[in-house]
Parts: sequence; C-alpha cells; structure tokens
Amino acid sequence: MRHIISIRDLDRAEIDGILDHAQALQGQEYNSQALKGKLLGLLFFEPSTRTRMSFASAIARLGGQSISMDSVEASSMVKGETLADTIRVVSGYVDAIVLRHPKEGAARLASEFAQVPVINAGDGAGQHPSQTLLDLYTIRQSMPLEGVTVGLLGDLRYGRTAHSLAHALSLYRATLHTISPKGLELPSGLAGELRDTGTEVIEHDDVQEVVRDLDVLYVTRIQRERFPDSASYFKVASSYRVTPELLTGVRDHLVVLHPLPRVNEIDPRVDHLPYARYFEQSANGIPVRMAMLLRVMA
Amino acid sequence: MRKEKNAPKGLLISPIENGTVIDHITAGEALNVLRIIGITGTTQESISVATNVESGKIGFKDIVKIKNRELRKEEVDKIALIAPRASINIIRNYKVWDKKGVEIPSEVIGIVRCPNPGCISNTNEPIHSCFLVQPKGLRCVYCDWLISKDITSHII
Repeated sequence: MRHIISIRDLDRAEIDGILDHAQALQGQEYNSQALKGKLLGLLFFEPSTRTRMSFASAIARLGGQSISMDSVEASSMVKGETLADTIRVVSGYVDAIVLRHPKEGAARLASEFAQVPVINAGDGAGQHPSQTLLDLYTIRQSMPLEGVTVGLLGDLRYGRTAHSLAHALSLYRATLHTISPKGLELPSGLAGELRDTGTEVIEHDDVQEVVRDLDVLYVTRIQRERFPDSASYFKVASSYRVTPELLTGVRDHLVVLHPLPRVNEIDPRVDHLPYARYFEQSANGIPVRMAMLLRVMA
Repeated sequence: MRKEKNAPKGLLISPIENGTVIDHITAGEALNVLRIIGITGTTQESISVATNVESGKIGFKDIVKIKNRELRKEEVDKIALIAPRASINIIRNYKVWDKKGVEIPSEVIGIVRCPNPGCISNTNEPIHSCFLVQPKGLRCVYCDWLISKDITSHII
C-alpha cells in the first residue's frame, strides 16, 4: 500500500515520475474514468480552502467521488476519540484518505492504522508534500529544476512549505538564498542538513541584495502572531513586501511563487507582471493531485 | 601488605550467583540505564549499583548488577544510546557464562520522548514514541525532529 506522507520519503526519480505524470494529465486527453467507483475521504481537522477543494476536484475529474467531515466540531474528535480510531473507522468507508491535522506526524500515525492509502495534506508545522510537488511542478514549467537558484523569502522558521521545498530542491543541486526577518530564519538544523547534501545555502537580511540573481523567488506569509505587537509586525512585513519596484532589473525568466493565501507580502500590482505565477501555481494543484491520487489509488 | 586494622570488611558490591552484570557504563549513567531497561523501585529484582568506580579502560565507570535475571540482548542494546561502551555479563553460578558488548539499534521505541510539543507522539494516541538512530542523532519518525544532544534528558 502506497502512502504519501513526507517529501523526504520520495527520491528524485519518484518526484520526477509524479511531475511527468501531472504534465501528461494537464497536456493531453486523459482517462476521465480512471478512478470510477473509487471514494476519497477528505479528513480536514484544520481549515483549508485550496487543498481540500483541489483534492475534491482532482478525484472528480478522474471519475471518482469524495466524502468529507462537515467540521471538526461535528466529528467524534470532540468526544475524545483518538485519531487512530477515527482513521480505522474511516478506512472502512473509503478507498483512500486525505488528511490535514494540527499535530505534526499525524499523517505518519494515520498511515500506521489505515487499511487504505493516506495522503498528507498538511500536519501542523510539519509536512505538506502535495504543496511541494506543485511548487516544483510550477518551477519546472518555466525552467529545469537542476541547478536552479531560488530565493526563499519570509517566515522560514515556521513555514512548512519552505522547509519541504528546500529539502526537495536539494535533490536537484539548487542554490538557496534565504531572506527572513530576525528570529524567523531557517532552522539551523535544517540549514546544516541541506549543506550536508552539498546544497549551497546563503543567508541575507535584505532581498534587494540578491533578487537580481534569482531564477525563482518563493514568498511565504509572515504571520502576525509571531510578533509581540502590530507595530513591529507591520515594520517587518513592509520591509519584506514584493513590489514592482523591487523587481526592476531582475532576470527575464524570474518566477515569483507563493503558496497562498497572501496577505500583504506581494503587492497586487505584481499580479500583472510576467514574473507572477502564484495563481498558475495554485491551479497546478489539480494535475499534481490527480497524479498523486492515481499513484496511490489506481 | 598488612591490612588496616579498622578497615571495614566486604566489597563495594558483592558478587552475584546468577544474573546480569552491566559493566563499563559511562560514569554517572547507571540510574538512567536502569530506567531504560525498565527496572524501577517497584520491580522485584535485587540490584546493586556502583557509580564513579575507577576503571583502567575508561577512567571512571558505573556498574549495575541485577540478581536472578538474565537480560536479553535486545533489552540491553537500548542502553547503547547513553553507554556505548557498556558490556553485558551473564552470570551463572558466580561465573561469567556469556559476555558481549552493546550495539546501537537502528530505531528506539518507547524510550525517548519527542521534545516537540506539537508532535502527535506527545498526545493520547495509542502509539509509542519512535526514533530512527542516525549519525547526527535521533530523528522522530512522526515529526522529523532531530535530537542531536543530551539524549538522556529526553528519556521517558
């Protein structure tokens, strides 16, 4: 039984396989009945719009159906049921489970108790492999992943998408430039681990220093709750804002990505520039998640 | 050499007839070794513990003797995390019947608590903590947290 829990579980060949499959699904006619009769369980213990809807869309486009909990409040979790029991029960209802949960490692636990494949759709500050795969997919639409130079901007301490992406990019001998506010830097353990794989990780205080050398600028949200007061948040957030002025003189092929939702990190005027790819990135969630569902359910 | 007249008689730890002697434990770790192998004050075994004993091999060491219980290899391998040079002697009729070192296992289950408060292993789920033993430390299989130093303070 195949689960997709962490990007760390996939090697480069497996990642390439999923991305190639997604590309084929997006570019050509595909079997829209490939998962006919299959039922996907969407277990979301945390709010989600994009991930939940795109998995529902992906299964529907392959001829399958999905069922989901109405809300955490309406689930047996409030009665004190363990996740392990919930997973064992739901395993009997569906052919695969997509899980989002506030605790790190929840998807790994679910895979131990499930009788059907589990796909991790985000576990706390931990892993979110489908996001990483669609990030890679979007970069690959514009340039080869091999040796790409990527700037990671924003909250790199708590931002799970940045961690998973950095790890995946290390498989492609990427160069990573990290730009983050003080206190929200990439965890030193992770930076060390990346360097151990031969990946160059260069830290910067100011995005202006490096933006002209980048192939990809990956922007993440700086969360207000990480700051003691609104004033200090706005001060930091404004200095990390991506504007058309910041992007003057950048490489022609620069791609600006953001896992969304964005708040103030990217000026809406950037949306009209050729560099902006975050809405395409979001739409790419469909072929990538279709490829993931076919991998575990077909 | 003449013995001191008032010197107390007896040994620091007396020999055992049958059981297990764990020797060459890293000095100061004997009580943690007992915790790891699940021997507490409530268990039945008769135990002797010596700490900071001089040792030609490792400077200072701790020793634990457990009477009438032969520990299995998989039980004692777990202590390799904190006492990698320990040796296990199985004693029968006052003689060393078997002697072996400890080997660090590839994973440790239910011994170390994950320091990450957000980890699912720190909830009421029906699982034991589980760490992979890697060159840089212990990695939680659930949340990927790496314990690279002071493993002892995370022992359950």
